[in-house]
Amino acid sequence: MSSRNKILNAIAAHQPDQVAMPVIHHEQVITFENPFLQFKTIVESIGGKVVLVPTIQFIQSEIQNNKSASKYIINTVSELGDVPDNLNKLTAAALEKLDTVYIRATLGVAENGAVWVSESQMKNRLLPFICEHLVLIINQKDIVATMHQAYNKIDISTEGFGAFIAGPSKTADIEQSLVIGAHGAKNATIYIIE
Amino acid sequence: MNSKHAALSEKFIADEPRTNWHDETLWFVREKRDKATHGLPEWEQLREWASQIKNHTLSNLNAYLTEFEEKAKANGIKVHWAADAQEHNEIVHSIIKKNNIQKIVKSKSMLTEECHLNDYLQEKGLEVVDTDLGERIVQFRKEPPSHIVLPAIHLKKQDVSDTFHEHLNTEKGNNDPQYLTEAARQHLRSKFIEADLAITGVNFAIAETGGFVVCTNEGNADMGAHTAKVHIACMGFEKIIPKAEHLSVFLRILARSATGQAITTYSSHFHKPRPDQEMHLVIVDNGRSRQLGRADFKNSLKCIRCAACFNTCPVYRRSGGHSYHTTTAGPIGSILNPNLDMKTNADLPFASTLCGSCSNVCPVKIDIHEQLWKWRQEIVKEGYVSSDKKTAMKGMSYMFSNPALYRFVGIIGRWMMRNFPNLLKSKHNLWFKQREMPEAPKKSFRDWYIDHQK
Ligand code: SF4
Repeated sequence: MSSRNKILNAIAAHQPDQVAMPVIHHEQVITFENPFLQFKTIVESIGGKVVLVPTIQFIQSEIQNNKSASKYIINTVSELGDVPDNLNKLTAAALEKLDTVYIRATLGVAENGAVWVSESQMKNRLLPFICEHLVLIINQKDIVATMHQAYNKIDISTEGFGAFIAGPSKTADIEQSLVIGAHGAKNATIYIIE
Repeated sequence: MNSKHAALSEKFIADEPRTNWHDETLWFVREKRDKATHGLPEWEQLREWASQIKNHTLSNLNAYLTEFEEKAKANGIKVHWAADAQEHNEIVHSIIKKNNIQKIVKSKSMLTEECHLNDYLQEKGLEVVDTDLGERIVQFRKEPPSHIVLPAIHLKKQDVSDTFHEHLNTEKGNNDPQYLTEAARQHLRSKFIEADLAITGVNFAIAETGGFVVCTNEGNADMGAHTAKVHIACMGFEKIIPKAEHLSVFLRILARSATGQAITTYSSHFHKPRPDQEMHLVIVDNGRSRQLGRADFKNSLKCIRCAACFNTCPVYRRSGGHSYHTTTAGPIGSILNPNLDMKTNADLPFASTLCGSCSNVCPVKIDIHEQLWKWRQEIVKEGYVSSDKKTAMKGMSYMFSNPALYRFVGIIGRWMMRNFPNLLKSKHNLWFKQREMPEAPKKSFRDWYIDHQK
């Protein structure tokens, strides 16, 4: 017998009696008077930055400045300018020196500062991780209270990959001292469009 | 029974300041957990939901695994099944051989530690680079991780500095965590960029969608998986959950319980390989189906490996992870390991005060301390207990089932402790070893209670 069948049979033989699936009641979870403020407080507490802007065009000047400082920048947001169409072909070796990447994201979560980014938004799975500075852009109205509402709004299976990202990468593996910038981005900025 | 845990603990506590530091550091993590959970009015409700989802899943495991396999295959993931550690390692090796792979990076996966994958591949002449900072540190030192979430928690920054000086040529005596982390970042960046194969663990696998979620703070799982042309994810079959919406419950409790963070930096949802990539998933049994059949211990399969029970445990904090001489230390390890090898791990269920703190913090409500108590009885029944312990336990159980005798022994004991304290403070009293004997009260609690009822 294959291991697959052996395992599944052993499980079937040992499975405990039927227990019902619980119903998750969203009205039983925390709400925030001002989700934006809660989101900002949490993101700042985990080493990220939150900037409120009236329109997305406000970010363009920053991109221009970065470009004239001849930093390696990738923009994946068509509202912000041209998006190269070979992005998904770029390898780790090509992206090693990437300074900043701009990505439009789906939503933010007030309780933990996480932002959902899908594969079609990041264009290349490596981009949000290999950059030094990650810039994510969401609308203020897309900040939800908790993970329950977040999973209600997204469908994790329509694309090949997606991630919740909360602030810059970090580690506390050396004597529990927090160090920002482990393997992923060293800085994370979330632009929120009013 | 071997008393390996006691002997290894003795070695650990020989350095008292370090033991105290270890104890306080883990307690600090436990306090961060408390702060994070007290901020949520629905915390207890979340634990209840998590527990019920896991109970429900265990009672339909066959169906959910079958559903998961079907969906994952439809997503383009290659699914493998391994009955034990050996088969798991062989599957991974065959994928490596088929793809002619040389460079391997691995993010944290307790399952691959359980299967001793690194050693297996090393024997085949293949080097695996662990990319989690803590795991890389212990890998350089040829030590196993001492904690499932904080692998290098037994080390001080001086130790890390010495290790990095030796292996990464960092400045001697520079103990700055920022500097040392940056050195590891540079070193591992080059490993990521060269990697042909990335091995990761799995935190949750979703039956409904055929995908899986990997949580890290460092971003190392993603750096590997999105670079390499082959990705192998390895999971014990208990990682399965029914629906995507259940992730909300588990991602809310996992990091809060583990480190007191509201969520890990990255919660990555993998459903399909990249167009130029192969994605494999190995589903492992290795004793789990046997544990499922043990009515008293099946609940241990609900574990999400948050390590909250480690951080709170008064024994773990003062004896260190290596004293458990197994991959998964701490209270939950002491339940899982006797299932794998009852004889070798017979000492572990005794490495507990049964204070119940573990069960109180467990986010999926496993009755940890009760299971430890039940394992003790199994182990005594199987005859794996040392003669000292056996005599003492037999005597105790006779006394506890005999109220008059219990009261009489209590009177004698209190009288002895007051009048001949030194008799009890001797090496013949195993309880006195590393403990102070208390001052004996004049009255028993029972007499005091009766007096105060009057
Ligand atoms: S037994 Fe509970 S507390 Fe311990 S690691 Fe598992 S889930 Fe966490």
